[in-house]
Amino acid sequence: MELLKFSTAGSVDDGKSTLIGRLLYDTNSLTTDQIQAVEAASKRKGFDYLDLSLLTDGLSAEREQGITIDVAHIYFQTNQRKFIIADTPGHVEYTRNMVTGSSNSQLSIILIDARKGVIEQTHRHFFIANLLRIPEVVVCVNKMDLVDYSEDVFSNIRLEFLDFIKGFDSLHQRITFIAASSLKGDNIVNRTETMKWYEGPTLLEYLETVEVNQDINKSDARFPVQYVVRPHSKEHHDYRGYAGRVVSGSFAVGDEVTVLPSGLSSKIKQIVTFDGEFLQTEPSSSVTLLLENEIDVTRGNLIAKSENLPSAEKEFTAQICWMDTNASISGGKYIIQHSNNRVKAIIKNVDYIVNTSTLEKDTGRKWLKLNDIAEVQIKTASPLFFDSYERNKANGSFIIIDEGTKSTVAAGVIL
Amino acid sequence: MTITISNHLKALEEESIYILREVAAQFERPALLFSGGKDSITLVHLARKAFYPAKFPFPLVHIDTGHNFQETLDFRDWLVEQTGAQLIVRYVQDSINQKKVVEENGKYASRNSLQTITLLDAIEEFKFDACIGGARRDEEKARAKERIFSVRDDFGQWDPKRQRPEIWNHLNGMINFGENVRVFPISNWTELDVWNYIKTENLALPTIYFTHKRQVFERDGLIFPHSDFITMDGEEVFTQDVRFRTVGDMTCTAAVLSTADNVDDIISEIKASTISERGARFDDKRSEAAMEKRKLAGYF
Repeated sequence: MELLKFSTAGSVDDGKSTLIGRLLYDTNSLTTDQIQAVEAASKRKGFDYLDLSLLTDGLSAEREQGITIDVAHIYFQTNQRKFIIADTPGHVEYTRNMVTGSSNSQLSIILIDARKGVIEQTHRHFFIANLLRIPEVVVCVNKMDLVDYSEDVFSNIRLEFLDFIKGFDSLHQRITFIAASSLKGDNIVNRTETMKWYEGPTLLEYLETVEVNQDINKSDARFPVQYVVRPHSKEHHDYRGYAGRVVSGSFAVGDEVTVLPSGLSSKIKQIVTFDGEFLQTEPSSSVTLLLENEIDVTRGNLIAKSENLPSAEKEFTAQICWMDTNASISGGKYIIQHSNNRVKAIIKNVDYIVNTSTLEKDTGRKWLKLNDIAEVQIKTASPLFFDSYERNKANGSFIIIDEGTKSTVAAGVIL
Repeated sequence: MTITISNHLKALEEESIYILREVAAQFERPALLFSGGKDSITLVHLARKAFYPAKFPFPLVHIDTGHNFQETLDFRDWLVEQTGAQLIVRYVQDSINQKKVVEENGKYASRNSLQTITLLDAIEEFKFDACIGGARRDEEKARAKERIFSVRDDFGQWDPKRQRPEIWNHLNGMINFGENVRVFPISNWTELDVWNYIKTENLALPTIYFTHKRQVFERDGLIFPHSDFITMDGEEVFTQDVRFRTVGDMTCTAAVLSTADNVDDIISEIKASTISERGARFDDKRSEAAMEKRKLAGYF
C-alpha cells in the first residue's frame, strides 16, 4: 500500500481542525473512546458542537487558547492509501513549525476561508510550499456553506490566487482547487448536492489518487556515512562496514566510488544487511557498504560514484528560514549540519529578506529574526559535498545549529 | 513460506534504522528503555538490524515497577540471552525505600508515574545522554506533538514550547552538559504497523499478548488482571479468556476479551476494534492532559 505524507496549514478559524476531523470521522478512523473524549471535553467547555480540534491540539496551551502551536502527526488509512498528516499552525509567529511540518510532505493543503478569500497567511503558506519544492498543492476553499455555495466566490478566489503566484520567479508545483465545507461535509470525503457546478474531485478522492511523487533523485548516487560498524569478533576480524542510507541514486557491487573529502577511490565489495547481501541498493535503503581497499572513512564522509561527484564548496548561496528567538549575528560562528557532517560556518552576508506576501526583497537589514526567510551567503571552515536542493533534495538541505545553546536555529536549501 | 515485506513497512524500517544509527553516532552513552512490550521488542529487533553484524552498541534498561507481569520478565530474560545484550534493571521499590517517591494509596494506586523518578536516577547514575524509547505518535495526542529527538533538561522535563525544529531528516542531538535526549525511532509507526512488522519478521512476544485464561475483575467498564498489587473494592473475581493489547504496570493495564492466539487474529481484531490502544490504559484516563503532564515531569 502506498503512503502519502501531506501537510495542512491554517488556524482553527480557517476550519483546519474541522477539516482534519471530518477526514478522520468520515473515513471511520476514530475510535469510540476518542469520540467520547471529544464529546466530554466539548461539553465541559460549554460548546454545543463537537470541537474536533481537541483531537489534534495535543498540548494544554493549544486547547486553552484554541490555536495550533506545534506540529502534530496524525495517521489514518483508507482502502486505497495510508496517510500521514503533518498538522501545522497558520499564525505567522509559528512559521518555523510550519516549515518543520511541511519539510517531509509530498503535498500541501492550503486552506482558504471562502468569506475572506486570499489573505496574507495564504501567501505565506504557498511561499513555504514553493520554497520547500513540495510538488503538489491543494488550495481548499473551505466554508462554502457560508457563501451560499456560490460558484462566483470560488472562481474569484481561484483567480486571485493565480494572480498572486504570477509574482514568483519560478514555480515548482501542480495546483488543484477544491470547493468544500468541512463543517457540512461537502466535498471532503463525500460529494453532496450542494455544489452541482463543481466538477473537480472531493478532497479525499484527490488524496487517494494523486500520483505520489517520491521526490527521490535517481541519478546521483550519494551515501553519507553514518556509523562505522566494527564487530570486534573472531569471525569478523578486521571487518569495517560503513553504515548509512542511500539518500539518492543507487550503488551496485563493483561500482567505482570516491570517498569525500579524502578523494580516495575504491570499489564496492559487498552490500550488507541483516536480511542478507545485495548486488544493488534499493532507493533510500539503510545498508552497510564494504569497500575493496582499506581506506580512511569516517562518519560525515560521503561516498559517491566516482563518475558523478557532488559539488565541493566552502562558499555557497542558500535560502534559509530563521527559526530561533535569538536573532542571527552577522559574522557570528555557527555549526552547519549537512547530511551527517557538521562544520563550522558563518553567515557572510544576508543578500535579502523576502516579504512572503508582497514578495518584496529587503536588502537593507543584515541580520535575521525569528521566522524571516532570506537569501544568504554562507562560508564554511571545510567544504560541504552537496547538490543543489532543486536537483537533489536529500543532499541539498541543511540546518544551522547555535554553538552555545545547541539549538537548531535555521533550516536552509542550497541554491 | 517467506513473507515479503510491504513497501510501507520497509520505508518505516529504513527510517528507524537511520535514527538508531544517528543515536549511536551522536551520543556517548545511549541506552534503550526496554519495557518488555511489543514496541520495545520491535526496537530491539531494529537495533539488531541497524548494527549487523556487530551487536548494538547500547544496553537495555528496564525500570521494574515491581508490579510487572511475570510473563514479561521471563520474556525479557530470554531475549537478553538470545541477543547477548547488556541488561540494566533499576527498581521502583528501591526509590520507595529511599523515600524518593511515595507509594500511591487507594483502589487506583499505581506505580506507573513513580517510575519517572527511578528512570531519572538511572539516567544520572549511568550518565546516559540518550534514552531510546518505543513511543509512537499515534498513541496519544501529546505524543503526536513530540519530536524524534526530544531534548530534556537537567530534571528530565519536556518543554513542548521549546522543541527544536526537526526538518527533513536532520536530527540535531547536540546538547549542553546536564541535558539528555529521548529518542523515538518508531514515532511514525502505528499500532497496526507494529503488528504487521511482528508478523513479517516473525518476532517472538510475551505470552500475555495472546489469549489465555486469567483471573480478572471489572472496574469502570474495563477488565483488570487480578493481582496482589491491586486494592480491591469489593469487585467479583472471575476467569475469562483475555489478552493484553499493551503491556504496562499490572495496576493500570486493562485486558481485552479475546480468543486471538496468533498474530493474524490479533491484526484482524485490532482492525475491527472500536477502541484505541490506550483506551485500555488507566494512566491516560486520569485527565485530558494526563500524558502531557507526565511527560513534562520526565516520563518517557
